[in-house]
Amino acid sequence: MSDAAKALEPVFEPWKDPSQKPLIRFENVTKRFGDFTAIDDLTINIYEKEFFALLGPSGCGKTTMMRMLGGFETPTEGSITIDGQDMSAVPPNKRAVNMMFQSYALFPHLSVADNIAFGLKRDKLPADQIAARVEEMLSLVQLNKFASRKPHQISGGQRQRVALARSLAKAPKLLLLDEPLGALDKKLRQDTQFELMDIQETTGTTFVIVTHDQEEAMTVASRIAVMDHGKIVQVDTPAKIYEEPGNIYVADFIGDVNLIKGKVVKSGNDHASISWAEGQQDLTGIAHDEIPHGTEATLAIRPEKVTISTDRPEGVTNALSGTVLDIAYLGNMSTYVIEAANGTLIKAQAANTRRISRRAITWEQQVWLSFTDTAGVVLTS
Amino acid sequence: MKRFALISIPYLWLLALFLVPFLIVLKISLSDTELAIPPYTPTLDIAQGWAGVREWWAGLDMENFVWLTEDDLYWKAYLSSLKIAIISTVLTLLVGYPIAYGMTRAPDEWRPTLMMLIILPFWTSFLIRVYSWKAILSNEGFLNQFLIGIGLIDEPLVILNTNIAVYIGIVYTYLPFMVLPIYAALERLDESLLEAAEDLGCSRFTAFWLVTFPLSKQGIVAGSFLVFIPAMGEYVIPALLGGSKTLMIGKVLFEEFFANRDWPVASAVAVVLLLILIIPIVLFQRNEEKQREAGK
Ligand SMILES: Nc1ncnc2c1ncn2[C@@H]1O[C@H](COP(=O)(O)OP(=O)(O)OP(=O)(O)O)[C@@H](O)[C@H]1O
Ligand SMILES: [Mg+2]
Repeated sequence: MSDAAKALEPVFEPWKDPSQKPLIRFENVTKRFGDFTAIDDLTINIYEKEFFALLGPSGCGKTTMMRMLGGFETPTEGSITIDGQDMSAVPPNKRAVNMMFQSYALFPHLSVADNIAFGLKRDKLPADQIAARVEEMLSLVQLNKFASRKPHQISGGQRQRVALARSLAKAPKLLLLDEPLGALDKKLRQDTQFELMDIQETTGTTFVIVTHDQEEAMTVASRIAVMDHGKIVQVDTPAKIYEEPGNIYVADFIGDVNLIKGKVVKSGNDHASISWAEGQQDLTGIAHDEIPHGTEATLAIRPEKVTISTDRPEGVTNALSGTVLDIAYLGNMSTYVIEAANGTLIKAQAANTRRISRRAITWEQQVWLSFTDTAGVVLTS
Repeated sequence: MKRFALISIPYLWLLALFLVPFLIVLKISLSDTELAIPPYTPTLDIAQGWAGVREWWAGLDMENFVWLTEDDLYWKAYLSSLKIAIISTVLTLLVGYPIAYGMTRAPDEWRPTLMMLIILPFWTSFLIRVYSWKAILSNEGFLNQFLIGIGLIDEPLVILNTNIAVYIGIVYTYLPFMVLPIYAALERLDESLLEAAEDLGCSRFTAFWLVTFPLSKQGIVAGSFLVFIPAMGEYVIPALLGGSKTLMIGKVLFEEFFANRDWPVASAVAVVLLLILIIPIVLFQRNEEKQREAGK
């Protein structure tokens, strides 16, 4: 798609439109198992046709959230509404929701095809329609050859695809995918990701997807929710999450980041500068709000936004010098680890446009790092 | 060599405790009765050498098996045993399945206790347990006293010495054999399968019917054979609880042996019983194998 065509399309941002009714609404939902709090006072709206990704460390409550949506757990406190209807008394089989289980939960006594047909048969569809739909699903996940195998006769990745096909078969209004692609190899995973996005575009299904793979979340999601200890730390578009993380936890959790600690010396409502080491130039980045003078703050800056050069750069806001400690050659790019003032380690990434032997920068060399005043973000929490 | 020795142990066991006794019984079934010790002929006289063996061989015939088909007592007894075994297997299943299902639904900390309760009766003598049912089921027994006491009935129910008492006895005795394999099958069942079934539109009941039940089928089959096979040849229960009209092959066998002292006919009855039971035993083994395969 060309940029011009993209610009013509209305931007899909229902969460910014107050007239839009959310499809899913979590209101102050808390879930406790005994005295352990798995979901902690969580409030969130998810809109129709969203591709909503849940990202977070293991045990942070992602599956629990999904299970509450599917109807397998009831919130200890708070309420969940889907499509305006309170869900507390609605059993799983009465919800227009299908879930792909993290453990797949394939029926071991049924063949691959029968597993996929299971939900369709419950809807009492005519046999030929069921057969056609099963065939369609099998082609989608490239398992036509295995239609009559039992789940224990296929590989782990194939099983995952059967589980995915089974949850897709009923074309539900809301689809919950708990780590749907984790067991697939990279190529198949990417194909399936695009397939999912395609399905999403053609059917208008709302997806909530749990993933450990940030790249996957970035690729498919309209919004990402970063979770920690049963709370949602930030909900935003992938670009925002990456470029303007709301706090240090998110910045650190998503992608690679340099965290430079300091004290705020100057701030407006969209930028701030910190002094970070004796005798060093102050560093400026964007800020979400005006930050009081003297506050402890951290500048988060992505390695690829840091330019590395042998000479002192002219006309840049942020510059600092250091010695090269390590170089990691990654093929298309290299990551340099630079030791700056106070022993602060800063990573910089540069594309390898030249052959390795002719590269100018080597170990122990004195170099300069620089970045623009909108490249980093100053965070206080 | 060591490996060979290890493998041969079960075979030696089978040879000594099954095959040899079976061959002896088979031989007796081909003999004729005689008022002697042992009460049959021919007996092998090794001292006569080869001629003795030939004489012994010539003395064997199928007469007793022919007799089993001529007197209708025997086939009636087989059929009646078959009927009683089938009915009591079904009854045991109907009682056992809910028990096994209830055990898997019970809280984890309760399960060992429940399991214990199922196995506990084995700690007392089988004979005493069956005998005590007499005290419960007789006309003046606890059951009738209780029912009359609460005013439910005026006349005592005649249960003892009928087939009903035999069914009760078999169901009671073999219940653990039914419960344990079904419990084992249900225990293995992954809870998330039921959630998936519900997620795809099943009610609780259809989820049970389409997922739980088929996945416990092997437990049901195993349990049913474990009840059916011994019930078929059961002697003690019909002898103690059944009436004169209760016809079971185990009883016939006992009477031929001890009342009539007709060892050859009794042996023939036993051989035929074994041949009949080979079919379910083979089926049972198949089921076990299938289960092992699926478990992999
Ligand atoms: N039935 C339960 N009883 C007790 N604790 C539970 C139960 N289910 C989940 N938990 C706890 O709740 C927390 C959140 O679990 P959850 O399965 O939602 O994590 P998750 O984010 O999906 O993790 P993962 O990425 O490893 O799948 C965990 O600490 C878990 O131990
Ligand atoms: Mg999970």
